[in-house]
Amino acid sequence: MKIAGKDQSAVELVKTALEKAHEYQKDYHVFTWINDAALKRAVEIDEKIVRGEEVGRLAGVPYALKDNFLSRDGETTASAHILEGFNSPITATAVQKLEAEGAIMIGRTNLDAFAHGSSTENSYYGPTKNSKDLERVAGGSSGGSAVAVALGIVPFATGTDTGGSIRQPASLNGVFGLKPTYGTISRYGVVAMASSTDCIGFFTRKASDLDLLMEICAGQDPKDLTSLPDYYKGSSNGFDDPVKKIGIIRDFDNEAVAPEIRQALREKVDELKAAGHEIIELDMPALKHALAAYYIIVPAEISSNLSRHDGIRYGFRSEDAGDLSRIYQNTRSEGFMPENKRRIMIGNFVLSSGFYDAYYLKAAKARTLIIKEYEKAFEQCDFLLTPVGPSPAFKLGEKTHDPVAMYLEDVMSVPLNLAGVPGISIPVGKTEAGLDIGLQLVGPRRSDRGLIRFATQIAGEVQVREDDSLDINFENGEL
Amino acid sequence: MTKYIPTVGIECHVQLCTKTKLFSEVDNDARLKEPNSCISPVDYALPGMLPRLNKEAVRLAVRAGKALNAEINLESRFDRKHYFYPDLPKGYQITQLFHPIIGAGYVELPNGEKVRIEHAHLEEDAGKLSHEGGASLVDLNRAGTPLIEIVSMPDMHSAETARMYVKELWRAMTYAKVTFGDLYNGNMRFDINVSIAEEGSSKLGTRTEVKNLNSFRSVEKAVEYEVKRQTKLLEKGEKVVQETRGWNDATGETTSQRSKEEAQDYRYMPEPDIPPVKLSREFVMTESQAVATLPSEHRTWMRGMVADDVTEILLDYQSLVEKLAEVEAVVSEEKKTNIIKKVANLFSSVLLAEENTSLLNDELPSKEQLINLAEMNEKSELSSTGMKEVFLKFFDPEMHYKTTREIAKELGVVQENDLSALEAIVDSVLAKPETKKAQEDYKAGQEKVLGFLVGQVMKESRGKANPSSVQEILKAKLK
Repeated sequence: MKIAGKDQSAVELVKTALEKAHEYQKDYHVFTWINDAALKRAVEIDEKIVRGEEVGRLAGVPYALKDNFLSRDGETTASAHILEGFNSPITATAVQKLEAEGAIMIGRTNLDAFAHGSSTENSYYGPTKNSKDLERVAGGSSGGSAVAVALGIVPFATGTDTGGSIRQPASLNGVFGLKPTYGTISRYGVVAMASSTDCIGFFTRKASDLDLLMEICAGQDPKDLTSLPDYYKGSSNGFDDPVKKIGIIRDFDNEAVAPEIRQALREKVDELKAAGHEIIELDMPALKHALAAYYIIVPAEISSNLSRHDGIRYGFRSEDAGDLSRIYQNTRSEGFMPENKRRIMIGNFVLSSGFYDAYYLKAAKARTLIIKEYEKAFEQCDFLLTPVGPSPAFKLGEKTHDPVAMYLEDVMSVPLNLAGVPGISIPVGKTEAGLDIGLQLVGPRRSDRGLIRFATQIAGEVQVREDDSLDINFENGEL
Repeated sequence: MTKYIPTVGIECHVQLCTKTKLFSEVDNDARLKEPNSCISPVDYALPGMLPRLNKEAVRLAVRAGKALNAEINLESRFDRKHYFYPDLPKGYQITQLFHPIIGAGYVELPNGEKVRIEHAHLEEDAGKLSHEGGASLVDLNRAGTPLIEIVSMPDMHSAETARMYVKELWRAMTYAKVTFGDLYNGNMRFDINVSIAEEGSSKLGTRTEVKNLNSFRSVEKAVEYEVKRQTKLLEKGEKVVQETRGWNDATGETTSQRSKEEAQDYRYMPEPDIPPVKLSREFVMTESQAVATLPSEHRTWMRGMVADDVTEILLDYQSLVEKLAEVEAVVSEEKKTNIIKKVANLFSSVLLAEENTSLLNDELPSKEQLINLAEMNEKSELSSTGMKEVFLKFFDPEMHYKTTREIAKELGVVQENDLSALEAIVDSVLAKPETKKAQEDYKAGQEKVLGFLVGQVMKESRGKANPSSVQEILKAKLK
């Protein structure tokens, strides 16, 4: 990331980002809103620099904000019709922290409405296109953020990851995507999808940039009771033992996974072996229950968290709202996308009286097994290396009519969310057709710093159209 | 004719008197405030808002548990209860279904009966809806107010017992200072479950629930009404329908609101935004010890010293029984009963007389003042009337630092018990010509003129003479 100062001013950085944002917006539909007022903030930062005042570690760095983060800049829509016109009086803790360090939000990025989806096709405002192929999906739900970073509009973007919503679009666009340990970054002020699995994370083109962002954003927040006590800065970066034990899950090497992705994994494994790391093959049979458990627990929480969108207090209200039941029924029927409704229906079903034990409670038990399975795995290895999803970017519309096929996109990403463990999607190459391939590096809870460090070591950085180098280096072994 | 035995269980919502709400930091006391002026983004249910937990509410819940003679669960959890209504902004109420903070306990009634408490849990109150001129208005000031819901076992079998229970519950909660206990403002609200069954039957009948009663009297009346209504139905060979009924205070009747078939499915699920609440034994111990002596404990020590009906009157006033207990703690055994009885009677017949109740807001007399007062009466230095006069004078701020005797003297009500001094006064009265006729009449057998003579002596003594002593002396002299 280029910080405003010696070489470039904040105004130059932000101006360039805004120009690119507008340039790419028409074709790629990256943003739900572009913040042209960002320049004003850049001017303020430059003035501070001139005056010799403290400007923060992200001074003048333009960034893109997934449009499910509350902030006073622009409407927060979550790409959902039902939030139309919602101007938040609140700014999310993560946004506050980034902006306190001088980062400047240049736009809100597109997502599947309420982050429900794996392609950004569920956005009320239309899909975002893949950074390498306009006919293909950006992935999702944080598709806009992934593409904003992949196209070089901004050096980083925020995302949320409930079941893969950072890692999958990162892998489909060839950038780094970090889903931290659950509870590392405050969820306060981020439109909730599923409270027990939602994680705040980032997209970058350099793995090491993730470390700076984590240093800034990680930490306990009294406004989020599920946020973990501060651990990030004090945790190990793994330099003490440069040779790692890398676990490979046998089950994930199967026919459902595209050959080119399996090939990429094998090549990476060979590379790691050659670099002196130890490879361990593992069975994690409990993970096969993850997708089913996920699509019970998460819709249950979704149906609950979306109850507040009732047309009474804010956002969209149906014009046909003559009495209370019509306010509710029509507002919610018209305001939610089909995928939102599907998940609300599933959630209400699994929570309904007489079904709770058979579905929700059973899924909660499966979740416990999955947590234990990871604990067991990390007794044998430092990190796991797996595919992120089963295929490279698919065609727009290819899976929109087959929800189950869409859900299968998440089969290797959701277990992490159920277990609360961190994962990074790292770009490892391209298919013959030029589509990006990503792999997922997974660590035990609270290993985020070591995970980022190892990702930096094995994947380095992505060259995207034009290079922008980071001011931090790892040469002397210090982050 | 078949005799039916009623069975009653009661749920009571108690508003806790915390400074701030259960899950946010806004003012919990909305009295005299504009509608919607005490709401936070959390209570308003903006997207992305997360509950915080008010430790004070947990503290008060523990104290309430102590007042219910209940076990405190060292780990409790919150759950979500879903339903749509405009007074419930999140679309769910945060409550405790599966793991409540307060376990089984009991409330002891004045007649010694015990009503068992099934459990009690923490939850948030909803807002208020009012309907004006075809429009419905929502006031969310009350939304998020901490409540404990106290669930009794179906241990009551008459309307009178039900009334005794709710009153005793009110006393216990106000003594423990967990609520202001202002029934008129809804600080405590009762839902009653009533069923009837044939005498001797081991099975309970179908129950109906009458919701939202806010006075002891309405609880009693509603039970009475339901028992009569259900009895009539059964006698006609009809069935009682399981349903929720409303209470109309004006007509004294209950009316059907919704039946079991229309009952809502609340789709309970664990609250993922609040981790389990863990309490240390020390915390529970400290809070339990902070709870004042309970009404039932006062009742026990007062028994035998104070008439039962007086005890029940006084128990409605914590400050009075606590003052009485202060007195009890310091007077010697042999004097105890007499002094306690006198002070109790002063409280019940003088202080609680309608014209004096405003004095309840003032500081009560000290235990020394009260003991001296009772002792002076005991020694005939004060008549009952004199004692009452002095007692009332205690509340005069100017008398604050004076002893009982000083006040009595100032009022001129100390009785003359010195017989020789009395005799001198009697002699002087008998020497007066205007008493000659009366003396002759008395000697002629008209005993009622003695009263006139006593009056003359009292006048001469300016009220300080002990009238019964005067009478004795007069009788002797006129023999």
